[in-house]
This record gives sequence, structure tokens and C-alpha cells, in this order.
Amino acid sequence: MTAPAPTAPDATPRWRRVRDHPATRFLVVRGLLHTAIVLLGVITVTFSLMLLVPGDPVRIALGTRYTQESYDALRAASGLDRPLLEQYLDYVLGAVRGDLGVSFRNGEPVTHVLLDRLPATASLALAGVLVGLLVAVPAGVYAALRNGRLADAVVRITSQVGVSVPDFWMGLLLITLFSATLGWLPSSGYVPFGEDPVEWARRLALPAVTVGLVAGSIMTRFVRAAVLDAIAAGWVRTARSKGLGRRVVLLRHILRNAVVPIVTIVGIQMATLLGGVIVVEVVFAWPGLGRLVYDSVTARDYPVIQGAVLLIAVLFLLINLLVDVIHTLVDPRIRNR
Amino acid sequence: MTSTRPSTRPSTRPSALRLLLRNRVSLLGCLILAAVVLAAVVGPWLSPYDPNATDVGNALRAPGAEHWLGTDQLGRDVLSRIVAASQVSLRVAVVSVSIALVLGVGIGLLAGYARGAADAVLMRLVDVMFAFPVLLLALAIVAVLGPGLNSAIIAIGVVYTPIFARVARASTLSVREEPFVKASLTMGTGHAYVLRHHVLPNISGPVIVQTSLSLAFAILSEAALSFLGLGVQPPQPSWGRMLFEAQGFVGQAWWMSVFPGAAIFVTTLAFNLVGDGLREVLDPARRTALAAQGGRS
Repeated sequence: MTAPAPTAPDATPRWRRVRDHPATRFLVVRGLLHTAIVLLGVITVTFSLMLLVPGDPVRIALGTRYTQESYDALRAASGLDRPLLEQYLDYVLGAVRGDLGVSFRNGEPVTHVLLDRLPATASLALAGVLVGLLVAVPAGVYAALRNGRLADAVVRITSQVGVSVPDFWMGLLLITLFSATLGWLPSSGYVPFGEDPVEWARRLALPAVTVGLVAGSIMTRFVRAAVLDAIAAGWVRTARSKGLGRRVVLLRHILRNAVVPIVTIVGIQMATLLGGVIVVEVVFAWPGLGRLVYDSVTARDYPVIQGAVLLIAVLFLLINLLVDVIHTLVDPRIRNR
Repeated sequence: MTSTRPSTRPSTRPSALRLLLRNRVSLLGCLILAAVVLAAVVGPWLSPYDPNATDVGNALRAPGAEHWLGTDQLGRDVLSRIVAASQVSLRVAVVSVSIALVLGVGIGLLAGYARGAADAVLMRLVDVMFAFPVLLLALAIVAVLGPGLNSAIIAIGVVYTPIFARVARASTLSVREEPFVKASLTMGTGHAYVLRHHVLPNISGPVIVQTSLSLAFAILSEAALSFLGLGVQPPQPSWGRMLFEAQGFVGQAWWMSVFPGAAIFVTTLAFNLVGDGLREVLDPARRTALAAQGGRS
């Protein structure tokens, strides 16, 4: 790697210089290409889910409501009576356009069903990551600064405990304490923010803490590791030896450099929470995507399962792509590689 | 790593196991695991009640002398059910992680050793699988196969395959550049022999660590699937299902949710502690430092 040539002072804002840098373009294009390939794979996997169902999915979904007419109608409506290749191409093109077929249960377009559930899951995931950050950043930074001492050991063991707690058990315990015993907070349900912000927050509190404590435990370890790496860097020793104050060294030299790995783990946690809070959503009767997947699995509503799995995987990929782009923007070393 | 070390040289380094047990936290993990395994193996003979025997007259009894951990809504003994469920949980975890281990290490070895087109194709497949959150993919697989113990095992095995593939590939990539591998190949040794005797033993460290951590997650995943009614089916007891049933009695019978959850938590924690300890012990750099510390004290 050659050292980047010193650039003359320039009037263009930094973000624009970064954005227009050829390396940024190259990385973004490469990232997009990679994401597109993986996306096609993801669509193919979701498409094949229904093929792998032993027996006839339409017949299984109809169950006791089965009649020849209803069977033929549902098969035709879902396009399952056409050749496989045609179905596949249709599914891929439909997925790109946002058309994911219709629900076996009520004939509603899958896209509508999914978009209905997205706000509940998004608010839970955001609140969870926020709670997690509030736990992880102070705990992780403190543990790293006290590396090897008692406080560090306590934080490490606590985060190990947090990682091992089943989130739905934590949810049950919180309900037992705060709803059933103390009666402070409602144990379940969801109220849209637009309807009643206070009630929205009250109902969000327990699930968000449940999800956030587990996410926070995972993030604490990454924050600690990131800060430890930053502390070990040569420039921190330089900064200290030239007599900079502790605060300046911590804020400008340690935390600033620890931000990149922290952004990564926040992104990963956000993506995980968007698709991984299925059981917590069931415990708190939270009408999000996870709860939808669960209900659809029980009802054998395959198109909705496929749609939800696809949507969550796409969100996951997009967030990862976004994290990569943010990396490129904040870390000049990645650009100049 | 035995095959790469000439057998004539006496080993002066303490064994990985001894180093592991010297660390108090890992020792705690090992002890908990031993207790859980013991409970699963001999528990059925020791547990005071039949885990499925209902006794409605004694329903929802608080923990006491007769029922140490209380009874559930059907009067079944919570302790006996927890003990019986430990067997199922461990079996699901061990079998599913073994599936993931064999498939994942196979894919990773092949990709890392062959490189080129095979590597690109296999790793894109792994990327695709990584795009699905673990529990979501497991749920989708169970939806396809139908609920039940075997579906849960297959689902958990499949979802943990990609992580083993990545770990095995990363280690293989670095091991295959080692001089002893090159030397062996120059001498005309076949690829299969090199893979088996040189590469596989040298990637075993990270794979063993990943196995322990995956067992922890497999316990959690099985509990989650059983909680949702998609894993272990009643009347067979399972920790996850016990928690599901406890939901209806949060205000009246705290013991129904506290103890089964604690069983999941303690087992998961033990696997995580052992995994972390193994990571320290099996990492060559850390190991040398640990051995040096031990020699001084």
C-alpha cells in the first residue's frame, strides 16, 4: 500500500470529496454487485421453500376447508398451476417489483401484510438497539479502560451472562416482575405511535428492554475489544507522551477510532433484531414481522412465510451494505486500500 | 496437532485440557456441564416423580419439601420434568451441531483448499445462508418439514453450517500456505492425505471453539423452537415448552417460568464459558503466555 499523496487544501466539503473519490465509487459498485448476487440466491432459496414442502402445499394449507373448487382457485391464484421455470421467473421478477403473491389465508397481497407489520418490528428493533447502546458503550469503554482489573472482570462476566440468557425467558421474568407483581407496565400489545405516543412507549418498554439487554451484552464485548484495540495503537501513546489530557486522548484518539467497529456491530445487531425477535414478539403479543412468521408457520400460509423471510433477508443485506458504505466514508484507510 | 509434531520430541507444554481447567471460569463451565450431562444420563433413575404423571389435586404447588421446584398446572413435578428435558435438549444440541460441524467443515476445507472457482461458488452460497437470521431460517425449515424433534435437529444443523464453513475456510487458507504443507505436496503426497493429516489437525482449534459456542446457541434455538411449539412435541418434556406453558401462570406460579428458564440459561452459560476458555487455550500465542504464567506461579 502506498501512502496517499498529500492533497492541497480544497474548498469542497470533505463528504463530497469522499463521495466522489474513485475508490468510494468502486467499493460501492463492488458492494452492490455482491449484494445483487447474494440477493438472487436469497430469492431462489425463498422460492424453493414451497417446493420442498412434502406433499401439496395448497392442499395442506386448505386443510379441512378442502374442496376441488377452492383447491383449483387457490392454485390458479398463486400461479402454482404453471410450469416451474415460469413460476420461478415470475417470482424473481415479482419480488424485484415488490409483488410477492397473495396470502393463502385471506387472499390479501403479501406485500400489504408485510408492510402492515413492519412499523411494529422496526420500532422494537430501534428501541432495542438504543437500549443496547446505552448499556454497551459505557460498560464496554469502562471495562476497556480498566482492562484486567476487577471492574473489567465484572463487566465481562455480566455480558457473558447476558449472552446466555434466553431472551424470551428474560421477557417472562420482566412480565412477572413489572406487570404481574408490581403492575407498573402492560405486559402485551402494541399501540401505534400516531394514536397515543405515551401508551406506545409504555407498551414498548418491556419488549425493548428484553431485546436491548441481550443485544447490549453482545455489543459490550465488541465495544470493549474495539476500545482496547484503539488504546493499543501507536498514536495513543504519541498523544499521551506529548502531554495531551486524558479526556482529549479518550475522545479524540481512542473513541474516534473505536467508532468503525462499533458501527459494524450496531448494524449487525439492528439487522439481527429486525428478523430475530420472533420469540420475544410472541411473548409480548407484539404484532411485528416475527409474530407474523410464527402465525403463518402455524397456519401454513407459505406465501407469507416466503415473503417475510425474503423481506427480512433483504433488510439484513441492505443494512450490511450500508455499514460497508459508512465504513468507507469514515475510514480513509479502507478507501485508499 | 499431533501429526505435525515429530513424535520423538517430548512435549514440555501443559496440555490444553490442563490449561483450561486451571482457569477458574472455564473450570466452573466444565463443572456445570458435567452436572448437566450427569443429570441427563442418570437423572431419570434419580428424579422423584414420573415427569409426565399428572396429579391435578396437587396442581400449582409452590416449591416445598414434597416438590422441590413445585408443580405445574397439571400437578406434574417441575424438577422431574426439567431433568427429563435436559436429555432431549442435549441430544438435539449435540446431534444438530454435529451435522453443522461435518457439513460446514467439509465445505470450508474444500473452499479454502481448492480456492478459485469452487471457493467463490461455495462462499457465495454461505453468504446467501448468512443473509437469513438464524431463528428465522430454522423456523422456515420447520415450516417446510413440519414440526417435530427431527425437523428441529435438521433446522438447527442447517442454520449453523455456514459459520463452521467460514471458520474452517479461514483457517484452511492460512494453513495451506504453511511450509510443511508445501513440503508435503512437493514430496508427492496426495491431496486427501494432506487434508486429513496436515490441514484438518491444524484447523481443529478454531473449529473446537466454534463447536462449544454453537452448542450454546443450539440449546437456545431448540428452546425457542420448542417454546413456539415447533420443536419437541408434548408429552415429551422440554425446557422451551415448559416456559410456554408457564406464560399462562406468570402471576400465580413464578416457579413454572423461573426454573426451566434457569436450566436453559445455566447450560448455555456453561457452553459459552468453556468455549471462551478454549479460545484462550487453543490460540497458540495466548497459550504460550498462559503456560508461561503457570510456570512462574
